[in-house]
Amino acid sequence: MTRETKGERPVHEKPRDLFDAFVAGRVGRRELLRRTAALGLGATAATTLLNAAQTRALAADYNWKAHQGTALKLLLNKHPYADAMIADIETFKNLTGMSVTWDIFPEDVYFDKVTAALSSRSSEYDAFMTGAYQTWQYGPAGWLVDLNEYIKGKSAPNYDWDGVLEGLRASTAWSGKPGDALGGPGAKQWCVPWGFELNNISYNQRIFEKVGVHVPKNLPDMLEVAAKITKDAGGPYGIGVRGSRSWATIHPGFLSGYTNYGGRDFEMQGGKLKAAMNSPQSKEFTKLWVKMIQDSGPKNWATYTWYQVGTDLGAGASGMIYDADILGYFMNGGDNKERGHLAYAAFAANPKESTPTANVWIWSLAMSNFSTKKDAAWDFIQWATGTDHDLFGARKMDFVKPVRTKVWEDPEFKQKIGSYPGYLQQYTETAPKAKIYFTPQPLFFNLTTDWAAALQRMVAKEVPVDEGLDKLAENINRQLKGAGLG
Amino acid sequence: MSDIAHPVAAVRVHATGPRSARLLPYVLSLPALLVCIGILVPFGTAAWYSLQRYNLAMPFTRGFIGLDTYLDFLSDPDFWNTVQVSAIYTAATVILELLLGLGIALLLRQSTRLNNAISVALLMPLMTAPAIAALMWKLMTNPGFGVLSWLVARGLGVSDFKWASDPRTSMLTVVLVDIWVYTPFMMILLLAGLRSLPTQPFEAARLDGVPGRFVFFRITLPMLMPYIVTATLFRLLDSIQQFDIVYAMTQGGPGDSLMVFQVRAYLEFFQYTNVGRSAALMMILWAITYALSNVFVKQWLKLRERAHGAH
Repeated sequence: MTRETKGERPVHEKPRDLFDAFVAGRVGRRELLRRTAALGLGATAATTLLNAAQTRALAADYNWKAHQGTALKLLLNKHPYADAMIADIETFKNLTGMSVTWDIFPEDVYFDKVTAALSSRSSEYDAFMTGAYQTWQYGPAGWLVDLNEYIKGKSAPNYDWDGVLEGLRASTAWSGKPGDALGGPGAKQWCVPWGFELNNISYNQRIFEKVGVHVPKNLPDMLEVAAKITKDAGGPYGIGVRGSRSWATIHPGFLSGYTNYGGRDFEMQGGKLKAAMNSPQSKEFTKLWVKMIQDSGPKNWATYTWYQVGTDLGAGASGMIYDADILGYFMNGGDNKERGHLAYAAFAANPKESTPTANVWIWSLAMSNFSTKKDAAWDFIQWATGTDHDLFGARKMDFVKPVRTKVWEDPEFKQKIGSYPGYLQQYTETAPKAKIYFTPQPLFFNLTTDWAAALQRMVAKEVPVDEGLDKLAENINRQLKGAGLG
Repeated sequence: MSDIAHPVAAVRVHATGPRSARLLPYVLSLPALLVCIGILVPFGTAAWYSLQRYNLAMPFTRGFIGLDTYLDFLSDPDFWNTVQVSAIYTAATVILELLLGLGIALLLRQSTRLNNAISVALLMPLMTAPAIAALMWKLMTNPGFGVLSWLVARGLGVSDFKWASDPRTSMLTVVLVDIWVYTPFMMILLLAGLRSLPTQPFEAARLDGVPGRFVFFRITLPMLMPYIVTATLFRLLDSIQQFDIVYAMTQGGPGDSLMVFQVRAYLEFFQYTNVGRSAALMMILWAITYALSNVFVKQWLKLRERAHGAH
């Protein structure tokens, strides 16, 4: 029987008050743990109370129940970030009284599904996962809602939009005019950053120690280190990078290093785009890149997607990768042969530069323009990209590259990633200049895929680098002209 | 009154009968008409789109441009590369599969238990989805651990054979996968043809001591020709529309070395959102397929007429 006396709060409210105070920041983590133990609460009860307290805190200053009873449907890519969201979806349901269902697809077919759903103007999905590059097609096509009005006028007071890394906020906003700067004047916020990827080095410490090499400091150094691994490691090749005939070959390590060398994809001349892939900086970088793959890359590099790059590192088949840091992160756990042997480092490819210029991939959430429940969909998006859910994902799940600075300062998250040597440090060094370095334009996928195809020809020695890049620029200029962009 | 009503009713009954009889053919052909509409509407839509500048990412540029996309293809080296790659792929797969299928069918011609068991076993690749077969071959040709890479390195002493990763050998690799999957199709059709041929000409040739080569070229092959034409037509139409094996293995690369029609059209639509160009590519592919079918069907009809004449 619960003991309740006049003027005294019920006993069951004491734990609740404690967790409310913790969420409000009036009680520290250690104090919470001490008092939780004193109250005799188990871990499960404590977690439940914490979730409930977070839900109450979220609900305090915003009417989260405005769309109670609404059913939302999401389109999701199979990814640890989506897994983290699904694991916490009950919190959203309890908070809003909405129901949520979703379709989830592997990445190989995911964007085909998105294109099919949106181009058919289907109202089936209210919100969906996307990359920022895809919004350069979806946005101007009229398939997405500009989220500026929601962020500025319909957000919960504690949404903290400014707490998202500045480069990522800008990278997901574009005016729709080819060549305009991302996040520039008149930019529409086509999606909200959710989780991202920095392109840096993930390397196998065991192999590095065995061969006696150091973490590469720049691209020429990387060529030497990778060559030595290929020669002396007794099986593993030196460096894993993507090589398939896809735009996805260009955006990770390649463009990060390319930018560091001063390379640009396009120049604006008289309001028109002009290919800049054959600039002297581009040629200097591309020659080194091609040689690196020829000397020390995987033999079947031209079929390599992120999957092969990652699994080779996890299986000890490669010494290092220059790709998404989270790919290296995931390979350091699970059933991977090399789990516990991997480490991470920031990478500035140009010997004359000390700061990395990591091009980023940003998993984001966007709202379908054909949704009939836009306000409700926004409540989902702001919850999923809000600090509380991000903290849940970062602490409890594999949401290991959150976009919010506050999450990176969280002691529990820091402790969790502390066992991944260099992971936090490479983030700290790289995040300030991390953004999308491509020029936004609607032919992004055609032209970047052509870029990858040209790279394949150069690596296969079908064409020398200088000639290959000149031909590529010529081909791209022809396409730009044909589309009225060049 | 009843005298008047009666003949009217009789006339009605009489008229209802023939009218329903007249309507019956239309009613019966309704499903076929619906299927026809189901085919022609998307076809007509694609044809219409192919005459437009239509990129989903640039809706403001959409407009009717007539045959401009088709004319642009004439001066587009990428398009001619696609024509060339598709032609090489189709010719290589159809010819090799025909020769291999015919050879195997001749070996299994006698209907014995062993031959029947072998012919069933040989059908197994045909039961594998081509995309899955491509992924299996991708693993088998992996230079790091693939069994075929190992065999090539041990057997031929070529340690750096890159299979689908090299533009010089990528065509060979996908053709091998296609042969592995589809040769059984050729084999089973030709085997059925061989086993259905009349035995008298062969017995007569045997009694006369006619050499085997003569029997094959002057008796077997001519009599088998309708089957060969049919099997070749099926494979030709399938090969020129190749997508799954090529896309699963290399996405059309390295470079543009495997950029066949369907892969290019798929990329144009799903990745580049260029509906107009994708539709134009598909219309060209349809025209090629239609022309090839026409040639083969006419040839097949001629052969059939000749066969009937012989009877």
